[in-house]
Amino acid sequence: MLTSDSCLSLHKHGSSMASDSNSSESQRIAQQRLRIIAGHLQKHKDDDSGTIATECKAEANKGTVPRKRQEIMKWNGWGYSDSKFLFNKKGQAEFTGKRYRLSGMVLPSLQDWFENTFGASVNHKSPATPALNASAVPPASLNEAFVEDLKATGIPFSHEAEDRVFRAHGHCLHEIFALREGKKFERVPDMVVWPNCHNDVVKIVELACKHNVCLIPYGGGTSVTSALECPPEETRCIVSLDTSQMNRILWIDEKNLVAHVEAGIIGQDLERLLNESGYCTGHEPDSMEFSSLGGWVATRASGMKKNVYGNIEDLVIHIKVVTPRGVIEKSCQGPRMSTGPDIHHFILGSEGTLGVVTEVTMKIRPIPEYQKYGSVVFPNFEAGVACLREVAKQRCAPASIRLMDNEQFQFGHALKPQVSSIFTNFVEGLKKFYITKFKGFDPHQLVVATLLFEGDRERVLQHEKQVYDIAATFGGLAAGEDNGQRGYILTFVIAYLRDLGMDYYVVAESFETSVPWDRVLDLCRNVKERINRECKERGVQFQPLTSCRVTQTYDAGACVYFYFAFNYRGLADPVHTYERVEHAAREEILANGGSLSHHHGVGKLRKEWMKESISSLGVGMLQSVKDYVDPDNIFGNRNLL
Amino acid sequence: MSTVCASCFNILVFVTLQQRDPMLKRDGFEDILEERRNSSDLKYALRCYAPVLYKGVTPCKANMLKNIVLQSDQLHYVINQVSQESGEAPDIIQEEASVILEEMAHRLQISTVRFFAFALSKAFKTLFQHVCVNEEGIQRLQQAIQEHPVVLLPSHRSYMDFLLMSYILYTYDLALPVIAAGMDFMGMKFVGEMLRMSGAFFIRRSFGGDKLYWAVFSEYVKTMLRNGFAPIEFFLEGTRSRTCKSLTPKLGLLNIVIEPFFKGEVFDVNLVPVSISYERILEESLYARELLGVPKPKESTSGLLKARRILSEDYGSIHVYFGQPVSVRSLAQGKVNRSTYNLFPRHIPRKPMEETQSFVNDTAYRIVRLQEDNMVLKPWVLMASLLLQNLEGLELSVLTEQTVWLRGLALSYAAFLDWPDHAPTAKVVSSSLALHRGLACVSGGRVSLVVGEPLGPVTPEEALFNRAVSVLSCASYRNQVLHVFLRPAMLAVAMHTAASSKKNEVYNCFSFLWDMFSNDFILCPGDIVQDFEEACYLLVKTGAVQMPQQDIVMTDIGQPTLSFFNGLLEPFLQGYQMLLPTLRSEYSVLCVFTGNLRCYEVLSSDMQKNALAALLRMDAVRKVKV
Repeated sequence: MLTSDSCLSLHKHGSSMASDSNSSESQRIAQQRLRIIAGHLQKHKDDDSGTIATECKAEANKGTVPRKRQEIMKWNGWGYSDSKFLFNKKGQAEFTGKRYRLSGMVLPSLQDWFENTFGASVNHKSPATPALNASAVPPASLNEAFVEDLKATGIPFSHEAEDRVFRAHGHCLHEIFALREGKKFERVPDMVVWPNCHNDVVKIVELACKHNVCLIPYGGGTSVTSALECPPEETRCIVSLDTSQMNRILWIDEKNLVAHVEAGIIGQDLERLLNESGYCTGHEPDSMEFSSLGGWVATRASGMKKNVYGNIEDLVIHIKVVTPRGVIEKSCQGPRMSTGPDIHHFILGSEGTLGVVTEVTMKIRPIPEYQKYGSVVFPNFEAGVACLREVAKQRCAPASIRLMDNEQFQFGHALKPQVSSIFTNFVEGLKKFYITKFKGFDPHQLVVATLLFEGDRERVLQHEKQVYDIAATFGGLAAGEDNGQRGYILTFVIAYLRDLGMDYYVVAESFETSVPWDRVLDLCRNVKERINRECKERGVQFQPLTSCRVTQTYDAGACVYFYFAFNYRGLADPVHTYERVEHAAREEILANGGSLSHHHGVGKLRKEWMKESISSLGVGMLQSVKDYVDPDNIFGNRNLL
Repeated sequence: MSTVCASCFNILVFVTLQQRDPMLKRDGFEDILEERRNSSDLKYALRCYAPVLYKGVTPCKANMLKNIVLQSDQLHYVINQVSQESGEAPDIIQEEASVILEEMAHRLQISTVRFFAFALSKAFKTLFQHVCVNEEGIQRLQQAIQEHPVVLLPSHRSYMDFLLMSYILYTYDLALPVIAAGMDFMGMKFVGEMLRMSGAFFIRRSFGGDKLYWAVFSEYVKTMLRNGFAPIEFFLEGTRSRTCKSLTPKLGLLNIVIEPFFKGEVFDVNLVPVSISYERILEESLYARELLGVPKPKESTSGLLKARRILSEDYGSIHVYFGQPVSVRSLAQGKVNRSTYNLFPRHIPRKPMEETQSFVNDTAYRIVRLQEDNMVLKPWVLMASLLLQNLEGLELSVLTEQTVWLRGLALSYAAFLDWPDHAPTAKVVSSSLALHRGLACVSGGRVSLVVGEPLGPVTPEEALFNRAVSVLSCASYRNQVLHVFLRPAMLAVAMHTAASSKKNEVYNCFSFLWDMFSNDFILCPGDIVQDFEEACYLLVKTGAVQMPQQDIVMTDIGQPTLSFFNGLLEPFLQGYQMLLPTLRSEYSVLCVFTGNLRCYEVLSSDMQKNALAALLRMDAVRKVKV
C-alpha cells in the first residue's frame, strides 16, 4: 500500500484554500488544471510509454496532480511553485500567488518577529540551488526484463532524473535541506510508474514479483518520517509506484452514506468532488491539499475535525490492497464485524511495507449547514489545557479545538496581514488593551484556543455557548471568530514558511505525540526544555524556537504537536545537529509517557523505538505478517520494522 | 558552572564521580565573618533581602502550600485508601492529615530569619575565628536554583549545621532552604518554633507503617520541590555523625526528592553536596560520652541555655564547601528507564522499582563521597591520627617530623588540607595543640592525650571511662582523614595478611575487608574492583608498592607508609575481632588481621552497631527471636 504521505507534519488543514472559499478563483484553477492536463495528453502522444490502458482511461483525469508533479509543485520545497513567502525590497514579507487567502498580501510584522525570534537577518541569505543538477542523480539501474513486460501492459512510466528525484523524498527537514543544497543523492528510484487503476497495480505487482523488482508506493509525497527514502542498501531496481493518477470517485452510495474511491486521490480533490454531490468526508489532515487517501490509510492519519467525523480508521469501511500474495479485501461492507482481529488493522499504518492500497470505501456525510470559527484567550497554558481537558470530559468538543501556546500565539500575530481600515486597527488595539490591561493577562503568558463548530445553525450556537461557558470557568475570554480562523489559516501556510526560514539560515521541523491528560503539561515543558538544552549543548548559537499546541482531544488524552526551529549560522552540519536534537526530543517524549507517534507514523525515522514502543513480541507479530504477505520483500521501503 | 555548557558539566560529574581525579580542582575560600567584624550586624540583619527563585516563581505562603498538599490527588488517594482500610470516614482522615501537616510544616518568616542573622553573627564571632565559604560554589548554586529545583545535602556533624547553612544563604542573598529536621527539636519550647519560622519542617524519627504520615510528608516535600518554592535541605546521613566519619546514607528523603524527576514532573533535580568542616566540634566530648553509652541530653531550651558556656571557648574555623551541583538527569542517563513510570497513575504511591532503588542508593553513596572529598582537613587531624597510634605519647619533635611526613602523603592522596601558608611547621603543630589543649598536652617535650581528671577518688572503671573518652574524642579527628586513606589502607592490611603477594590473593583479602567495613565507611556499592585499583594506583604512585606482573610487593621505602596504614585501621580490626569471640570461621579470619588487643574504640556504640550490622549482613551471625 501507499507509503505514509498523508499527514505532513508541518501543516494544519486547508479549509481556507482558495478553491473552496471563492468560486471564480476555483473556476480559474480548474481551467488552468485542464490546460495542464491537456498538455500532458498531448505529450503522451510522442512518448513511447504513452499508450494508456483502455480499461482505465474511461474519463478524463480530473485530479489536481499531474504525472509531472514538478510542473505545478516545487521540486525542493513545499507546495505549489507559484506560492511562496519572500521578503520584498522593502524588507516586508509577502506571500505570492493567488491560491490562498493570504496570497498577494503583505505581512508587515513578520520580519520583526522573524529577526527577533531567531536572531536572523533579512540580509543574511542562504539561497537554495536554483535547479536540479542531473549529474547529482545516480543513473537509473533498470531491470530490462521488467521494463519490457511493463511496456507491453501500456502503463505509463518514466526514468527521467526529475521524476525519480521527486519521488525519492518526503518533507523531512533533512530531505528538503539536501535538495536545496544540491547534495549528491545516494539512492533514488530507478523508474516511476503511473498505474491508472486497480488492475494496473495488480499487473505491476505481478511483474515486480516475477522480476524481483523493489516497489515503493508513492501517494502525495508528504511523508515526514523518511518513509519515501530509498534504502541505500537496496541493489534491485527500485520502482516508485505513483498512485496520483488513480484519483476517481468510483461510486457514491447515498443510502449507506459511503463512497468508493481510488486510493490515489488527494484530499482536496476528494472533498471537492464529494462537495459537488453535496457530501464531504470531513477528513482534513493538515496536509490534505497534497496527501492521498491511500497514504492516510497507510499511516493511520488523523484529521483536524475528527471529533465529528473520526480518524481514518473510523472512516474506512472497506479497503482493497494489492500485495505480492494477491489482493486482500473483505467480502462485505458491514459496519462492524467480529471475525477475528480486524485485517484492516494490518493495513492501516503498514506504511507501504505490505502492498498498495488501491481502492477504499469510506463514510461520507452531507455538507454541514453551518460552520463557525471561534477563539478563546487564556491567561496561561495551564489554564488552557485544563479547559480542553474539561471539554473532553464533558464530551462536547467542537469539530476542532486546538490550544496554541504563547509562542504560537505571537507567531500568529506576526502573520497578520496589513490592516486596510483604520477602524479595524482601532478595534484590534482596543481588544488587546482589554485583554492585557483590563483583564491583567500577561502578553508573554497568554495562550489562545481556536475552535471550529459545524452542524445546523441552532445546534452550533448552543454548542458554542456550552464551550465558552466551560472556558470561562478556566479564566478564558472569547476572542472572536477572526482569531480562530487565522489560527487555521496559519496551519497550512506554515509549511511554506519553513522554506522562507531556510532562505535565511533557519531550519524548522515539527513532530507530534499523543499523551494521557495528566501528563500533557509535564511533557510539553520537559520536551521544550530538553530541546533548549540540547541546542545549547550542540553549539546552536541562537535561542531556538520551541512551541507546542494541543491539537486533538480524546477521552483519555490529547495529541500534542511541537514546532522547533533555530538559526543555524555558525554550525558546520546543521542537519546533523537538528537530527540529534529531534532524537533527544523524541526520547524525552517517550520518557514522559508520550507515544512514538499520533499520526505521522514511524517510517525509517523512528524505527529504532518500535521495540520499546510495542514490545519485541509485537514487532515479531508484525514481522510474521510481513513475511507471509511479502516473503521476497518486494515492498522494500523498509519502513516500520 | 555558569559558563560551562551542560555537556562539559556532565563530563565533570562523570570525572568526579567515576574516576576520582586525585588532582581535583577545588575553589578558594572567603571568610564571611570578616565583614561581620567590620560592619553593623543590625544593618546586616535588616538589609534588603530579595533572592531569585526557580524560574522566577513567586514565593508561596506557608498556608497556600498546605492547601496545595491537602488538595493533591496523591494525598486524596491515600486518604481514601486509609479510610477504606480503617472504616473511618474520609473527612476524619483528611482532618488527621491536616493535623499531621500542621505539626510538620515550616512557617518560614523573614523576620525570624533576620533575628537569627543578627544573633548568629554575634555568636559566630565569639565562637569561631573564621567561617569560610567557597564563593564559586555559591555562584554555581545561585545559577542552579534558577534553573532547577535544588536539593542541598550538607554533611552533618553538629546542631550548628542547618543554622549555619541558612545563615550563609541569607548572607549571599540566596533563597532560604526548607530543612527536614528531626522531631526532637520540636520538644524545645520556643526554640522549636523559632526554627520552624526559620524554615525547618519537622518529621517523626520513625513512622514505619503509617501510610498517611508518609503520604503527607512525601507530598509536602514534593510539592515544594516541584514548584521550586525553595531549595530543600536535608541530611543524607540522617543524624549527626558522632564519630566524624560519614554515616552510610539514608534513602527515604532522597527517594522522595528524586521521584518527581522520574515521573516527569520536573525536568531535572540538582543535588548539591555541601561539606561543612569544623576545626573543633562544639559537641566534641558530648559525642564521645554518648558513644560510650551516656544518653544524649534531650534537646531542651534549658539545656541550650546551659550550653552557653561553650561561648567562652575558641572553636577555630569552619569551612563550608558548596560542591558542584549534580544533575539527577545526567546521573540517571542510561541507568533508569523513565518510561517504566508510564503505565501507572502517578498519584498512586508505589514502591520504587529495583532499578530505581539501586540508582538512588548509588547516588546517595556518591553524594556522600562528594561531601567527603571536599571536607577541609586541619593539621590536627593528621596529628590525631599519629597520636592514636602512639597512645603512650610521642616526642614533640618526632610528632612534628611525622606530621610533616603525613602531610606529604595526604597531599599526594588529594586530601583537602588547610595547612597555613608560610608558617613554620613547629608553629603549626604548636598552635594546633593549643586549640585542642583539651585533648592533648605537651609535658617534658612529650605529647600525649589528656585524660579528664574527675574530682575525688577514681574507680578503675571511671579511669577506663575517662581514658576512653579522650581516645574517642581524639579518634573523631582521625576519622576525618580516613576517607582519604581508606582504600590504600585496606590494601596495606590486605598485603599484610594475605598468604602471598599474589595479586589475586591480596585482592581476596581486600574484598573481605571491603565487604566487612562497608557499614563503617562509605564504600559505594559495586565499586570494589574500582576501589582496589584506586588503592593500587595510589600506593604505586607514592612509591610504597610495586606491582611486578601478578604480584603486589612493598618497596624499600614503603615500610613507613604501609605500617602507618596498618596502624590506622588497627582499631577497627580489633574492634570487630573483639565483637565476635565465639564465631568460629569468621573469627579465625579476623584474628589474622590483628596482633595485640589494646582497643578503646571497641567501646564505641557506633562501632558495635556497625560491626554487628556487618556480621549480620555477612551471615556470620543470625538474629534469633527470644
